[in-house]
Amino acid sequence: MTAQLFTNDTQAIFWNNNTKAIQQMLDYGYICRRETPSVAAIVHPTTQTSVQKFFFGPREVVIPVVKTTEEAVRRFPEADVFLNFASFRTAYDVTMDSLKYKSLKTIMVTAEGIPERLARTMVIKAKEAGKLLIGPSSVGAITPGSFKIANIGGTMDNIVKTKLHRPGSAGLVTRSGGLFNELANIVSINANGLAEGVAVGGDRYPGSTFIDYIRMMEKNDKVRYIILLGEVGGTDEYDVIEAVKNGEITKPIIGWSLGTVAAHFASEVQFGHAGAKANSNSETAVAKNKAMRNAGIQVPDTFNELPKLINEVYNQIKDQISEDVTTKTTKSETDAVTTDEQLPEIPEDYTAAKKSGKIRKQTNFICTISDDRGEEAVYAGFPISSVATPDTGFSIGDVLALLWFKKRYPKWASDFIETVIKTVADHGPAVSGAHNARVTARAGKDLISSLVSGILTIGPRFGGAIDGAAKHFKHGKDENMSPHAFVDYMKQEGLAIPGIGHRIKSTKNPDLRVESLKKFAKDNFPDTLTLNFALEVEKVTTSKKPNLILNVDGAVGVLLVDMWKNLNYSDKEIEQLIDSGALNAFFVLGRTIGFIGHVLDEKRLNMPLYRHELDDILYDVELAE
Amino acid sequence: MAQLGIREADAKALLTTHWDSYFGDTLQSATQSVLVTNGTDLQTASDDQSWLKDTALVAKPDMLFGKRGKNDLVFYKQSKPGDVTLDAAANWIDEKAKQDITLHDGNTGRLRYFVVEPFVAHEASEEYYVAIQAENDHDVIHFSTQGGVEIEENWDSVTSIKIPLGDSDKKINAQITNGLPNTVDNHDNLVTFISGLYRFFRDLHFTYLEINPFIIRNQTVHLLDLVGKVDDTAGFLMHEKWGQLEFPNSFGRDAQTPEEKLIKQIDEKSGASLKLTILNPKGQVWTLVAGGGASVVYADTIADTWDVKELANYGEYSGNPSMQETYQYASTVIDLMTREKDPQGRDKVLLIGGAIANFTDVAKTFNGIIKAFEEHADKLKSIGVKIYVRRGGPNYEIGLKNIRNAARKKLGLPIEVYGPETHITDIVRISYEDTHN
Repeated sequence: MTAQLFTNDTQAIFWNNNTKAIQQMLDYGYICRRETPSVAAIVHPTTQTSVQKFFFGPREVVIPVVKTTEEAVRRFPEADVFLNFASFRTAYDVTMDSLKYKSLKTIMVTAEGIPERLARTMVIKAKEAGKLLIGPSSVGAITPGSFKIANIGGTMDNIVKTKLHRPGSAGLVTRSGGLFNELANIVSINANGLAEGVAVGGDRYPGSTFIDYIRMMEKNDKVRYIILLGEVGGTDEYDVIEAVKNGEITKPIIGWSLGTVAAHFASEVQFGHAGAKANSNSETAVAKNKAMRNAGIQVPDTFNELPKLINEVYNQIKDQISEDVTTKTTKSETDAVTTDEQLPEIPEDYTAAKKSGKIRKQTNFICTISDDRGEEAVYAGFPISSVATPDTGFSIGDVLALLWFKKRYPKWASDFIETVIKTVADHGPAVSGAHNARVTARAGKDLISSLVSGILTIGPRFGGAIDGAAKHFKHGKDENMSPHAFVDYMKQEGLAIPGIGHRIKSTKNPDLRVESLKKFAKDNFPDTLTLNFALEVEKVTTSKKPNLILNVDGAVGVLLVDMWKNLNYSDKEIEQLIDSGALNAFFVLGRTIGFIGHVLDEKRLNMPLYRHELDDILYDVELAE
Repeated sequence: MAQLGIREADAKALLTTHWDSYFGDTLQSATQSVLVTNGTDLQTASDDQSWLKDTALVAKPDMLFGKRGKNDLVFYKQSKPGDVTLDAAANWIDEKAKQDITLHDGNTGRLRYFVVEPFVAHEASEEYYVAIQAENDHDVIHFSTQGGVEIEENWDSVTSIKIPLGDSDKKINAQITNGLPNTVDNHDNLVTFISGLYRFFRDLHFTYLEINPFIIRNQTVHLLDLVGKVDDTAGFLMHEKWGQLEFPNSFGRDAQTPEEKLIKQIDEKSGASLKLTILNPKGQVWTLVAGGGASVVYADTIADTWDVKELANYGEYSGNPSMQETYQYASTVIDLMTREKDPQGRDKVLLIGGAIANFTDVAKTFNGIIKAFEEHADKLKSIGVKIYVRRGGPNYEIGLKNIRNAARKKLGLPIEVYGPETHITDIVRISYEDTHN
C-alpha cells in the first residue's frame, strides 16, 4: 500500500449539501482528468430531493442525496473518505456515527469550536476505530493531481497558479488553513509544488497531528521533503522533533512555528487559533523553533526567510529528483518536474460570467410592478415595510393601487376602492358562487379547491355585470346619447342593460348599498359624470318597471369609470382596463373574502357530502335516437 | 474560542449550585463568598448576608491571576490573623482599587473585582492541594497533603492520577480510591470529595480546576483558594448548568476599550470572525489582516522587522464577513489610528494584509475597506498614513484594482498594492524601508 492520502479513484461522502465546495471538488477532479466525480454521495438529513445536479466539466451529472450516513455507506461502499461539514453543534454526533462504518477510512471534520471534551473523545474513538481523522477545524487536505477536500487550495485559478493541479515533491503540513494556500504558493514559486498537503486544523485537539501525517509522508515515495508550519501553543512539534532525533523520519524537513510575537506580551493576548496559546515556555514559538533547529530540522531566521530556505532545500535535491524521474518514477511526476501540459478547460459559471459582464442573455419575462431582488421586496418601488403597518398611512386600497395600477392614488380613490371591496365581500350562501364553494367544501375538498370552485362561477351572469355596466354606460356617455337614445340603442343591440335591475329592490325600496356608494362618490369624487348619466338612464328604465334600478354592479362599474376619469386616465386607458378584466377583479377580490368565510364555515360545521334532493329535479329523459 | 479563565467567586458559585448532585448528603460545603467592586458594595451586600457582619473575613482580588499571597493581596489580618472586620475589609478594598498596581510578573492594571469570604482559622497541616487538568486523551488529578502557597517547592509530595476519557463513574471512583495516599486522615471523605469534584470538572466542561488549599473537617469542605478555566465552546451545551457565566479578560487587559467591545459584539453576532486587540494606541504600524494564521505571521514579522513597540493593534477578520462587517471593522481601526498624529511626527503605516483566501470574497471585503477609506480620507491625509496592501484569493484582481483606484485616484491616498506574486509579509519589509530612508 502507498502512504498517499488520496488517489485518482478516491471518492468521498459529503455530509451537508455545501454545493459550492462540492462543485469545487468536481471541478478539481475534472482538471485532474479523473474519470469519476470525487463526491459519490451527499448526506443531508432534511433533504427533500434524492439527487442534486453538479457540473463535471462542461456536462451535468447528478449526485445522490441521502438522509443518513448509513444509507450513503450502504449504497456507496467504495467511497472511503467522509467529509463532515456539519456545524460545531452537530459535528461530534455526525463523526461518532461515521466511525461505525468499515468502508470509511478517512474522516475529515471542518467545524471550528467543537467543545474540547467532545473533540478529545472523538479523537480517541477514531484512533480505536483505526480511522484517519483530519481536523476538526481543518480546511482539508490535497493530493495534487488526484483529489482535494472542499475549498482547500482556493479558487480554480489559484489552484492552477500555485500548481496544485499536478504532483510536485513537497509534503506540507500546516496548522492554519488560511496559510495553506500561501505555503502552496511559496512552494510553487520556489520549488516544484506539492506531492501532498494537509491543514491539520486550528483547534486545540486535532484528530491527527503533524507526526501522524509526517510518518505517512516518510513512507510516501512521492514526497521528497517536508514542510512543517506550526504555531505557538501545544506540543505537537515536539513529537516530530523526537521522531527526527530517533531516526524515524529521515527526509529533509523545513520547519517554522508562527507566533514568535507572543513572547513580547506579558498579558495573555489570544493570537490566532484556539490552539494558539502557550501554556508553558516549551509551547512558545521561539522555544519550538529553537528545539526544531537543534534537532536538525531546517528553520529559517524569520518567516520572511522561509521562501529562500525552501528554494535552497529544493535545489539541493532537485538533481536527485530528475535522476529518479528519468529512471523509475511515474509519468505524472515527470510532468510535474518538466512541463505543465495543457489543462482541460472548465467552462465559466453562468452567474460568474454574467457578473463580470462577459456574457448576456435575453430575458423571457418582464415585471414592472414589484421586485424581490434587493434587501427587501418592493411594491412599485415602495418597500413592504413602508406600506405594511398602520403607521405608514397605507391602506389596502393604497397597496392595491400600487400593485394593480402602479400609482399612488389620492385618499378619496383608495377609500373608494376599499368601499367597493367591502360592499361586494359577500351576498349570502344562496348565490351560485357561494353555493358552489360550500358544496365543494362539503365534498371534503381543501380550502383552495373549494374557493376556486366559487371563484370559477364568477362570469357574465354572476358578478360579471360590472364590466358590462362600465363598458356600456361609458359608451353612451362618451357618445353623448340621451338616456332614451341609450335605452333604445341597447334594445336594438339586443342586450339587457348590464347593471340595471334587481330581484326585489325597487325605487320605493332602494338598495342601501347603492345609496351609500352614490353618496360617497357625490361627497368625495371631483365629479360623477358617468354615474349621473346612469341615473338618468335609471329614470327611464324605472318608469317602465320599478325594479329596473341601478344595482350594485352597475354603480360600481360606472363609479370606477368616474374614478379613473377624475384621475386623468385617457378613454383609451380606461377601455383597456375594462378589456383586461380589471373591473371584474374588484368583485373577484372582494367576494373571495366571502367565499373563504363560507368554506371555513363548512369546515367548522363539518356537514356531510351534499346531494341534491331528487324531487327538486325534473327528470325528463327520453331514449336517445 | 478557547479555554478561558473564570472568576473564583463564579467557580465557587457553580460548585455551590451543583453541590448536591456531586457530593449529596455526604459532604457539606462551607463556601460563602461575595464578589464586589468596592467597599460600598460590600457594605450593601451585608444587608442580605449577615455573615459578613458576624464573621472574621478574608478579602482578595478576583481577577484571574494567581500568587495573590505572594503579591501581598490577600487581606486576612490587621494585627493578627482572623481580625478583619467588615469595615476593615471595605476600607482595604477601596484602598487597593485606588490606583494601578504591578504584580511580581510585571503585569500592571487596576484591581476591579474582589472576593470576600469568611476567615477559616486552621493549621498548615490541614491544607490539601488538588488540581485537575485536561490533557489529550485523559485528565490528570494532582493531589497533595502539603497544600498552601509552597506547592511548587513541594512537588515531590504530589500524587498524580490519570483518568482516561470515557471511563465510567465506577472506574473513576476506584482509580481515585486507589490513587489517593491511604495514609491520609479522613480518606473516605477525601475520596468522595475528589471523585465528585472530578465529575463536576468533567460534566461542566472545565479544562483546569485548582483548589489550593482546601480543608476537610469531618463532613465539611472549606475551599480557601480556587482557580478555574472552562472551555467556552461548550457554551451551547451549558446554558442551564453555567447560567450567565462571565469570561473576564485577564488582569492587565481588563479595561477593554469601547472599540474592542464593539468588534467583540459584531463578532458574536456574525458567522464570520472579527477580532481586535489594541496593543499600543501610539504605535506607528496598524494592521487590517485577514485570517487567523496570517494575522500572527504579520505580527511576528512586524516585531522582527520594525519593533514590537510600534505594533499598534492585533486582530483579524476571516470566514467571509459581509461588506458591512468589514467596513465596520476597517472603520474602527482607521478611526483609532487617525485620532492623533504620531508623537515623533512620522508617517503612520496601515498594512492591509492577508494570505490567498480559500473562499472569502476579496473584492467584497475590500469594498468594505474602501468605504472606510472614503469615510476617513481627510483624517488619513492630515495624520499622514501610508497604506500597503497584499492579498490573494477569490476575485482578488478586482479587489486589488478597486482599492488602488479608490485610494490613489479618487481619494488621493498614498497606497501600494501587491498580489500573490509578492511574499505574504513582504509589505512589512517594504513599508519599513519606505519609512526609514
